[in-house]
Amino acid sequence: MADHAHSDEPLLVTPLHAEHVALGARMVPFAGYDMPVQYPAGILTEHNWTREHAGLFDVSHMGQALLVGPNHETTAKALEALIPADIVNLKPGQQRYSQLLSDEGGILDDLMVTRPVDPAKDGTLLLVVNASMKEADYAHMQARLPADVKLVRADDRALLAIQGPKAAEIVARLAPDTADMAFMAAKATKLAGLDVHLSRSGYTGEDGYEISVAAKDAVALWKALLADPEVKPIGLGARDSLRLEAGLCLYGHDIDTTTSPIEGGLIWSIQKRRREEGGFPGAARIQSEIKDGARRVRVGLKPEGRAPAREGTIITTPDGREVGIVTSGGFGPTVNGPVAMGYVSKDVSAVGTDLHLVVRGKPIAAKVAAMPFAPHRYKR
Amino acid sequence: MTTRYTKDHEYVRVEGDAGIVGISDYAQSQLGDVVFVELPALGKTLAKGAEAAVVESVKAASEVYAPVSGEVLEVNSLLEDAPGTVNEDPAGRGWFLKLRITNPSELDGLLTEEQYNEFVKSIS
Repeated sequence: MADHAHSDEPLLVTPLHAEHVALGARMVPFAGYDMPVQYPAGILTEHNWTREHAGLFDVSHMGQALLVGPNHETTAKALEALIPADIVNLKPGQQRYSQLLSDEGGILDDLMVTRPVDPAKDGTLLLVVNASMKEADYAHMQARLPADVKLVRADDRALLAIQGPKAAEIVARLAPDTADMAFMAAKATKLAGLDVHLSRSGYTGEDGYEISVAAKDAVALWKALLADPEVKPIGLGARDSLRLEAGLCLYGHDIDTTTSPIEGGLIWSIQKRRREEGGFPGAARIQSEIKDGARRVRVGLKPEGRAPAREGTIITTPDGREVGIVTSGGFGPTVNGPVAMGYVSKDVSAVGTDLHLVVRGKPIAAKVAAMPFAPHRYKR
Repeated sequence: MTTRYTKDHEYVRVEGDAGIVGISDYAQSQLGDVVFVELPALGKTLAKGAEAAVVESVKAASEVYAPVSGEVLEVNSLLEDAPGTVNEDPAGRGWFLKLRITNPSELDGLLTEEQYNEFVKSIS
């Protein structure tokens, strides 16, 4: 059997590292951190547990930072110069998904942006960026922000996610004021007596929360949530299969500097005002793709049979014309079969189109499929 | 009945002039949940060290190499519908393929069960 070795560079750890090791997790290098890919239950069991109960994830490797300016409009406009989302009209206590864009309209990273509820924090925005991109993102932003808006790293904070149909009632038992929050709402509260900032969002397609907490309180929060028998720890392996079934992009795989938000099927994250006004990097290209369509687009793919088609698999038409490439693919435990996503030429992107995926030199029949593969169950 | 192992974690259980090939318990535990196994065509001739099968976990695909040279006599069709059998019973019902061993002297270069267990201890 062949395995792929990892480099021996020193790895960073999250505040929950010792908890993972104590739980018997298999630790692997990910984005420079030593992270749990799975616990002894295994990826399939962890995936299914999250879909049926509640899974707890340590995502403290992700980059948390604040943008701090004199008032909301100033800070929002500074960020809008870098991303295509409408932040000026983001209401207090609301979160939005967006992308940092290059001047060519490629995606430098994707991120979550939250406007705090607290009027005393007017002018502050909370950002969560990908672990692998955080240093580059912070440098990119710092070089482009106006003098009166500062980027403040929040490296002293941990981030936990609790996801699944039982997540909301479990969190509500520890923080009753969270029960009526809707999808993409955010607030500061106390959870099990600890100061947290949480948002009703996640990366699994399930209802749940992402919870930011001071690093010093991370272990106490982790233990308080795990104390509920409905909650099990979930590693990065199941996080990946959950987000793939949910049709959500993984940066560096499904979106990167070569893909625009329109090619990536992320037009929903560009609000009307920004589509019309532009004023973000790469606006000319993106507005033209909105008007005329992109030449290639990200689609879901459902291979026939059982063989997974992994990232890098070439996509062809049934008569062998190369039309694209798989960017994420694997086994979907909830679908109980292989699922994938990738980029194909516009002319073969309609749902139901017959395509071939070339796996180990052999064509496998597949159809363009609607995403998500597993229905989203957000609290609307 | 003799079983020999490779440092790549395949085993071959010798039954007369045939060998049953699979992966070790250590290998299945490292792979995690197996979701797909690609098996070779019957009659295919495999050289020692050639790719004999592909085993896919949720996370990744890994090649399984022929521990000895031989011709594929039989494949374990149970794995098509129940690939998780590799996790449940790697040494038994989770076998991959049966080879007609063409060069029995190749077995001498493989690890005995005791040597293999020592090897696993040294890397885990």
